[in-house]
Amino acid sequence: MDKNKKKKTSIIISRFRGGIQAGAALLTNIHLTNFIKGSIYQGKGKAVCVPGLNCYSCPAAAGACPIGAFQAVVGASKFRFSYYISGFLILLGVLMGRFICGFLCPFGWFQDLLHKIPCKKFSTKKLKPLRWIKYIVLLLTVILLPAFLVNDVGMSDPIFCKYICPQGVLEGAMPLSIVNEGIRQALGVLFTRKLIILLVVVVLSILFYRPFCKWICPLGSFYALMNKVSLLGIQVDDCRCISCGKCARVCKMDVDITKTPDHTECIRCGKCIKECPAEALRFRYGFSKNNKCKGDK
Amino acid sequence: MKGVIKLFHRKKAVIQGALLIVAVCMVCFGTMRGEVDSVFSKAIRLCLECVGIG
Repeated sequence: MDKNKKKKTSIIISRFRGGIQAGAALLTNIHLTNFIKGSIYQGKGKAVCVPGLNCYSCPAAAGACPIGAFQAVVGASKFRFSYYISGFLILLGVLMGRFICGFLCPFGWFQDLLHKIPCKKFSTKKLKPLRWIKYIVLLLTVILLPAFLVNDVGMSDPIFCKYICPQGVLEGAMPLSIVNEGIRQALGVLFTRKLIILLVVVVLSILFYRPFCKWICPLGSFYALMNKVSLLGIQVDDCRCISCGKCARVCKMDVDITKTPDHTECIRCGKCIKECPAEALRFRYGFSKNNKCKGDK
Repeated sequence: MKGVIKLFHRKKAVIQGALLIVAVCMVCFGTMRGEVDSVFSKAIRLCLECVGIG
């Protein structure tokens, strides 16, 4: 594929991002009739993880949530670490990096939709240190506490799912409790606490762009680390770049793509590609190779 | 400078390839020691902690 064709493809991908996100959310939650039945899908697909943050207690969920599945394995008395989930996440991380956050994660899409609600928006540029929280969340609530905070029989709670994750309330508790009276009556203090977290995330998502992805999401933090070695990235054409700085100004993840194309916070949303007046940016895929300008302006 | 950049890209490509191989090996090892059953048995049941019942 020649350079111009690649650029056009990149622009098309970024332009249809909303549609791709909707399609991915639907595929991740394909068993829609379960919303009416008030039960969850129990087929073989649940043995495999989906790429994004998607609660497996959602009635329509087609697969397992990687973060929930990791904690389930680590929390079982037999294992202290999950090679299956870790390998799966490394594989997806190398193949796609945070493109998953930008295009395939249902909770990311949910936040994108909330941010479209018209009202005053706030920048997160001055809140960059908060990004470190998500790495602490990953290390503490997903890896260390479920592995070492065990009961007498060597089992532990999924700390992140139990105390932090708002996706379980949104996709699991809310639709199930509407049609299932037993579940509705069983919801207690834990549900109330998590509902408050969900409401805070909803309000923050309207005001800021993707606050959960930027500051809390442990899955995002893992993919962020993999962004550095991901096969999918953004290519900056030094010959075409006019250093206008528009890409950095339009980036809602506060990334200057011309300086750090493999930045941990870049979710590959393609907004910079769409807005670049010189068409100097495009998606690239493949093993790292030198694409330095050879004067073909 | 050109040589350094070339070396950097070559190193990165090697790391990418190595990570892919390691990832596939980890998935296979995890599957062999029965982790898939743990994931499956958790995912097909309502997660009480996730929905706020635990």
